[in-house]
Amino acid sequence: MQKTLFDKIWEKHVIVTKDDKDLLYIDLHLIHEVTSPQAFEGLRLKNRKLRRPDRTFATMDHNTPTIAAHRDVISDPLSAEQLKSLADNCAEFGVTLFDMESQYNGIVHMIGPELGLSLPGKTIVCGDSHTATHGALGALAFGIGTSEVEDVFATQCMWQTKPKNMGVKIVGKLSDNVFAKDIILKLIADNGVSFGTGYAIEYYGETIENMSIEERLSLCNMSIEGGAKFGMIKPDQKTLDYIEGRLYTPKGEDFEKFKESISDLYTDDESLFDKIITLDVTDLKPQVSYGTNPSMTVDIDQEFPEIKSPEDQTAYQYMGLKPGMKAADIPIDFVFIGSCTNGRINDLRIAAEVMQGKKIADNITCVIVPGSMQVLQQAEQEGLVDVFEEAGCEMRMPGCSYCLAMNEDRVAPETHCASTSNRNFEGRQGERSRTHLMSPYLAAKTAIEGRISLG
Amino acid sequence: MDKLDIVKSKATVIFKDNIDTDILIPKNYLKSTKRTGFADALFAPWRYDETGKPIEDFPLNQTANQGNQILIAGENFGCGSSREHAAWALQDFGFKVVIAGSYSPIFYMNYLNNLKLPLILGRAEREALIEQNSEITVNLIDKTVTAGNLCFSFAIENVYREKLLKGQDGIEEILEYIDLIEEHERKYAK
Ligand code: SF4
Repeated sequence: MQKTLFDKIWEKHVIVTKDDKDLLYIDLHLIHEVTSPQAFEGLRLKNRKLRRPDRTFATMDHNTPTIAAHRDVISDPLSAEQLKSLADNCAEFGVTLFDMESQYNGIVHMIGPELGLSLPGKTIVCGDSHTATHGALGALAFGIGTSEVEDVFATQCMWQTKPKNMGVKIVGKLSDNVFAKDIILKLIADNGVSFGTGYAIEYYGETIENMSIEERLSLCNMSIEGGAKFGMIKPDQKTLDYIEGRLYTPKGEDFEKFKESISDLYTDDESLFDKIITLDVTDLKPQVSYGTNPSMTVDIDQEFPEIKSPEDQTAYQYMGLKPGMKAADIPIDFVFIGSCTNGRINDLRIAAEVMQGKKIADNITCVIVPGSMQVLQQAEQEGLVDVFEEAGCEMRMPGCSYCLAMNEDRVAPETHCASTSNRNFEGRQGERSRTHLMSPYLAAKTAIEGRISLG
Repeated sequence: MDKLDIVKSKATVIFKDNIDTDILIPKNYLKSTKRTGFADALFAPWRYDETGKPIEDFPLNQTANQGNQILIAGENFGCGSSREHAAWALQDFGFKVVIAGSYSPIFYMNYLNNLKLPLILGRAEREALIEQNSEITVNLIDKTVTAGNLCFSFAIENVYREKLLKGQDGIEEILEYIDLIEEHERKYAK
């Protein structure tokens, strides 16, 4: 029988079906300090073991300071306690932890692919909504809540109702200043913040085939901003080249066997999708968000739209902007390049190319936060860090940082921030902060120009 | 945990679409390692002014709404971050049922997993309930919502309905299939 990529992986992992839900086996469980403590506590209260510590990996990312000197003694006692409790829990239950000292530390959605933990065909969960990121490698990856984290701890399984299949077909060649980030923002701007609710999305088409793995990771990352828990791309030669030789990727003969085992991972026919959305990106322009959810996004040269609902009204008021203005009119003071959406080495390369030999504008503070230690190291080796520092940017240690402002990194009230992260909700980057989502390319341009402009 | 079958209460109304989990509970409240103690954090950005004082006319702060166990909201409730703290905060505050047009899938599961009911009703039905402004009876046994002369039926996956009615621990329910899990591990998972 013909099947979609999603259905093939799903069905291989169903242990049993009960009415309308399936018990799914989970191959890889990634955890971080914020959504795991209550689940560990649950195990302890019921005297339960963690069933497969060998399939569970932990990192510290949401609370970790990005200023090197602040990493030894964390000043916020609550953050410190949360990090310590993760370390204690991992030690007690035998889970591998990449703590702040580890050369493999980083944002959870960075390290899975980087370490060869996230592989095609696997079921991957994490107590974090951006887990669809890993789907870019042809995995079935999704975010879960803390009760579900506890279920997976205790049983390596969880109940799920199978979603419908949606194909998002991307065609056309991207202009040089347009990236995966612009594609996903455009999809959400056109189709709304819940177009994917109830669906697993598979991105396909010539544009996707030509896209690097790192760009694919950025694209799948924001599936949840369109309402979909799952976003994925079929594995191809690029995927195999990307995963080969990484720390946890099978080696030698095992790798050959692994390749064999995933050779049927593709959708047999696009007619199998319950719904298809097509986007031609030939004329796509850089995208910028102006409001307080990711669908409030326009082309860089487009006027902000009229107010059509009380939500629009609230958004404009919160952002201190008006209909009819354009991106260039936004008084940007802060630029953040980082997060699990755009904190990868290719993102930093793109930003560094823009900033090479230039200085950031006087009105701008620009902070670069690599997604992981490995990215930081690579950026040092390639001389990107020098470029950023010479341009006047601040280079930081890895972590979630300004993406959600849970550590000390916060955008000041009413400050407009050009950000490569994924959410522009009220207060997301700090109390009353004002976020404008965009690609690393445009964020870097903005830092140099002093306003949102391609220069 | 407590079962959920019939809930009788007036409703608090925050009839907005896309209420995200950053609004339900902002990140500065996420640093706890416990499951309780989040009631004061619920809707904090909309509930308190800059000095931390409760904003009087915000629905959660209105005297008439105290003790309500039902919250009526718009579409796409609980979107954004997967934080289960949002479900815990609603539960801590006393909301056993949310009635919305649709939910983010992660929030939907989180609320169910705490044995609380994410109920789906169309816009017209929710508007009628808000208009009526009387005590609402949510009956999970026969899947109805009644208030005065209004009566609507709602749909919910049968397995989740049973889970709430029984008040079942998710892990016990999975461990019934431990033999099949082990067999799967022998077959696929080295
Ligand atoms: S970088 Fe932002 S979106 Fe990604 S995991 Fe961290 S907080 Fe979540």
